[in-house]
Amino acid sequence: MNIGKETILELSGVHKTFGQQQVLNNINLKVNKGDFVAIVGKSGCGKSTLLRLIAGLEQPSSGSLMQKGKPIRDKSVAKIMFQDGRLLPWKTVEQNVGLGLKKGSHNKIHTILDQVGLLDRSKDWPGVLSGGQRQRVALARALIHQPELLLLDEPLGALDALTRIEMHQLIEDLWKEKKFTAILVTHDVEEAVALANRVIVIQNGEISWLQTINLPYPRQRENPLFMKYVSRILNFILEKENNDSMDNQLYSTSM
Amino acid sequence: MKKRLIQLVPWIVPILLMAAWQVLSVLGYISSRILPNPVDIFKAGVELGQSGQLWHDIGVSSKRAFWGFIIGGGIGFILGLWNGLSKVAETILDTTIQMIRNIPHLALIPIVILWFGIEEEAKLFLVALGTFFPIYLNTFHGIRSVDPSLIEMGKVYGLKGFSLFLHVIFPGALSSILVGVRFALGITWVTLIVAETIAANSGIGYMAMNAREFMQLDVVVLSIMLYAILGKLSDVAAKLAEKRFLKWNSNYQK
Repeated sequence: MNIGKETILELSGVHKTFGQQQVLNNINLKVNKGDFVAIVGKSGCGKSTLLRLIAGLEQPSSGSLMQKGKPIRDKSVAKIMFQDGRLLPWKTVEQNVGLGLKKGSHNKIHTILDQVGLLDRSKDWPGVLSGGQRQRVALARALIHQPELLLLDEPLGALDALTRIEMHQLIEDLWKEKKFTAILVTHDVEEAVALANRVIVIQNGEISWLQTINLPYPRQRENPLFMKYVSRILNFILEKENNDSMDNQLYSTSM
Repeated sequence: MKKRLIQLVPWIVPILLMAAWQVLSVLGYISSRILPNPVDIFKAGVELGQSGQLWHDIGVSSKRAFWGFIIGGGIGFILGLWNGLSKVAETILDTTIQMIRNIPHLALIPIVILWFGIEEEAKLFLVALGTFFPIYLNTFHGIRSVDPSLIEMGKVYGLKGFSLFLHVIFPGALSSILVGVRFALGITWVTLIVAETIAANSGIGYMAMNAREFMQLDVVVLSIMLYAILGKLSDVAAKLAEKRFLKWNSNYQK
């Protein structure tokens, strides 16, 4: 499902070390405009660090990151949505969404809140919202800037299974409507397969596997192919399968 | 109706104590030479009120409390912000401030009298010095304990410099700052009581000392009670401020 061929993000030979600890090792990755890429891996594998590098929140120890052909340092086209939402508790829902916007963005705020289904809560404090509602506000806050690249750092990790499925639908709908490029970091393989057209597996700081998901949206979880993708990736991560027997597309750049 | 009754509950104990005090006085168990009864004290208050002396002294004391608090609290707030935001400032200043903090400010009364006499500056200086530290410490601590992940989020969403301070850092530090304000208000009155009692020619403390010379026990007790009331009023004001500014925080709602 390549909407355009334009490369929005390119990482080449990216390394990241914290002190003696090598967190990311020789990461090469190309993301095309309109892609939905999921990065999966066990906790501590370096996937969140990779996302923080892409967001420009950390600098790589070596290697280069380019957004639309330019180094990220300048002006990031990406907006990141954090795992814990990071709403300001002293600002109402609409004030949180309007953070960093010019005055007079009222209509914009209300449009986006309507899209995430929280227009009626716009005057509430984040403290009275449920976990899922808070993440919707965080999503609205990220999307109101119309980012070309949306980075999602385990945004649904703390939500219950039912809310998560609802959020998958919402993210998918907004992705289709707004045509942004998305990179989702998650430890939930099913979530990755439900949303992404490319799944990247990171192990010990390296990209160990790249899987294209050729399934139509919206994805049916009961589809046997869906389950096959999920179990194949899971088995790979858990190293139950022999790596050589798989049709893996390591470091492929075009799908 | 029920809400009103609940609001009255905290006043039951003080009212019962006063009633018991009055009854015991009337029955002769408490000598009026040792402790005048509440009705007499009230009468003394009305008398002083009519002559205008009472309002004058309350006004003078409140003014001292207010300005001392503004000056000391203001400097404490600014230094707290500065040291909280800048590691360099903290390195240069914090050690000095911590050393001065460990001197009881009331121990400076002799030197303050030598410097300023018993004029207004003496009281202002002492109150300012007393209120400076709680506000400095709590502002500093509040700024330092703002969640760094919120600051990072603010930067991602385009906040920097003053707007980052205004939207993220200051509101994050505010609950701690207001705790400092409540502490400081308590210290304000304690300081003032001591300073006015030792050296003053006006104010509630002076009124008490003056009445002592004439053995007007009712006026002495009246001034003690005035301090209790004024202290309580400042605390109510601080609580209202907490409710107003921290209304997003469920811990401060009702």
